[in-house]
Amino acid sequence: MADAQLSPRYIPDRLQGRGARLLKSWEALLVIVAMVIFLGNSLVSPYFLDPWNLSDATFNFTEKAMIAFAMALVIICGEIDLSVASIIALASTAMGYAVQLGFDTPALVAVGLGVSLLCGAINGLLITGLRLPSIVVTIGTMSLFRGLAFIVLGDQAFTGYPSSFSWFGQGYVWWVFSFEFTLFLLLALIYGVLLHRTNFGRTVYAIGNNQTAALFSGVRVGRVKFILFLMTGLMAGLASVCLTSRLGSTRPSIALGWELEVVTMVVLGGVSILGGSGTIPGVVLAALIMGMVTFGFGLLNVPGIVMSIFIGLLLISVIALPILWQRARRHFAH
Amino acid sequence: MMAKLLKHREALLVMAIAVLLALIALRFPAFVAPANLARVFNDTSILIILALGQMAVILTRCIDLSMAANLALCGMVAAMLNTAFPGLPIPLVIVTAMALGALLGMINGTLVWKLAIPPIVVTLGTLTIYRGLIFLLTNGKWINAHEMSVAFKALPRLDIAGVPMLSWLSIAMIALMFVVMSRTSLGRAFYAVGGNPHAAIYTGIDVGRTRFFAYSLSGALAGLSGYLWVSRYAVAYVDIAAGFELDIIAACVIGGISIAGGIGSVAGAVLGALFLGVIKNALPVINISPFAQMAISGTVIIIAVAVNARAERRKGRVILRKAEAV
Repeated sequence: MADAQLSPRYIPDRLQGRGARLLKSWEALLVIVAMVIFLGNSLVSPYFLDPWNLSDATFNFTEKAMIAFAMALVIICGEIDLSVASIIALASTAMGYAVQLGFDTPALVAVGLGVSLLCGAINGLLITGLRLPSIVVTIGTMSLFRGLAFIVLGDQAFTGYPSSFSWFGQGYVWWVFSFEFTLFLLLALIYGVLLHRTNFGRTVYAIGNNQTAALFSGVRVGRVKFILFLMTGLMAGLASVCLTSRLGSTRPSIALGWELEVVTMVVLGGVSILGGSGTIPGVVLAALIMGMVTFGFGLLNVPGIVMSIFIGLLLISVIALPILWQRARRHFAH
Repeated sequence: MMAKLLKHREALLVMAIAVLLALIALRFPAFVAPANLARVFNDTSILIILALGQMAVILTRCIDLSMAANLALCGMVAAMLNTAFPGLPIPLVIVTAMALGALLGMINGTLVWKLAIPPIVVTLGTLTIYRGLIFLLTNGKWINAHEMSVAFKALPRLDIAGVPMLSWLSIAMIALMFVVMSRTSLGRAFYAVGGNPHAAIYTGIDVGRTRFFAYSLSGALAGLSGYLWVSRYAVAYVDIAAGFELDIIAACVIGGISIAGGIGSVAGAVLGALFLGVIKNALPVINISPFAQMAISGTVIIIAVAVNARAERRKGRVILRKAEAV
């Protein structure tokens, strides 16, 4: 792959000072993009600014963003987890199966999270224990986990979740703040602190920048990676609880294709796919942007697949523009 | 002798396929009849062609996630061309599909080469764009069998010496790729760029341009596969081959093509695709529900990766062996 200096976060450093650096940072660019889309949305549709509408809009991204936080850490340390959407499906299937056995809400949540942790542990063991490349391992477990869901479910769907279970996807904590959105904010805070304020976060960056150097400075690389894959598994489980509760049913095709959307969200958030750099605020902003784009297009009755064109263009152009800009400046400086 | 044979991943794969066939033959001897094996090969032809393109890209340390979307877009354009001008000669339709595919591949290649955006990001973006473009072209409408001309649908089934044209085309692509990889400087450059990009620069190879050619090649092969897919199944819609990009990569990985670049062969890609093809065709025969298929191919991928990684590891620099093994 390309050299580290060509990663999307590499932005020229000619201006000095904290304020200037903040202005030129990736997050600043994302804030501008977000504001433009917000303004655009409120201009094109009079219904956009309604608080209940805005609250509903959060469902477009909260579940994916939960996974994106954990995925950001995995990608920063130089790995990737493509099996997250399949973990959602398998955890959801397990919960559906538990419903048929007569489990109640707390037990259902425990089953969902337990299965997803187990999936994460399997990924982690294969990657760190057998030392296999994560991209191929998780392509394999992606098929495996969803395949297991298909074996249990066939072409059926599980329904009949207890009414108390619906609170996770449909409940409101305070006025228009849904449980999911609150959880999203809470997780953003937790992951922000974990990545930017703890030794653990520092070791994640260290591994992503130079795994060999990290190992020789005493970082337990394998253990850190294992924990990170447990985290993506657990977050997929949380997302599964919320999504299953919101939809009220389980099908084997649930969350199909989400792995790519989650990776898109993380990369759009300024996390270098090559590892070593990226921030949680960036991911939060990317989640908001993707949520607003989806919602705005929804208000305009644009079909989902056309939104995906826009997300694809956004991903490529947001990463290409700083590189082009830097090149143009260098060109005119001479 | 045995140990030497085991070191060759291609030989290992041939043995694995043979064992697999023997196991199936124990219960269903008809499966290994030559005519049925030819049918399995025909069924796997499109995957083989795609795996060959993906191989070139992976060898240069890149990845092409947009291949299936590229296939779908080119297939749709071929079908639309056919419905609009039913009299157009089919070879011209194929050439158009391949040219469009190559163009889409060049877009990937240019972004990777000129802007140095990581390949996985580029192709993740173009994957959604290419698939979205199909929707914009068609407004979500399907093109069904009765709208396609007879010649358009007949070509893949055209029988030459008892073997369908689809199989012949994949054999031709295998031969072509074999020549490119072993007899041209471009093929050598693919290996050089993936093996050690910095060393490649010092030997005068333009790393970016080599990657650009790899993407153009994979795009052209995806375009060809697009026509073949649409004409074979006689239907074109937005979602054809959705998720197939991962099957293609899986075929390459099973075939021993290192995801870290520089290691792999045409024979490996073909055998990897055939291995998946045999499994897919055998499962219904031995009465395993189609719902179990994903789980089984997932397990196979993981096992294949584990075996391959074991063979690869010895090649690390001795001084840092412990660290590289992490």
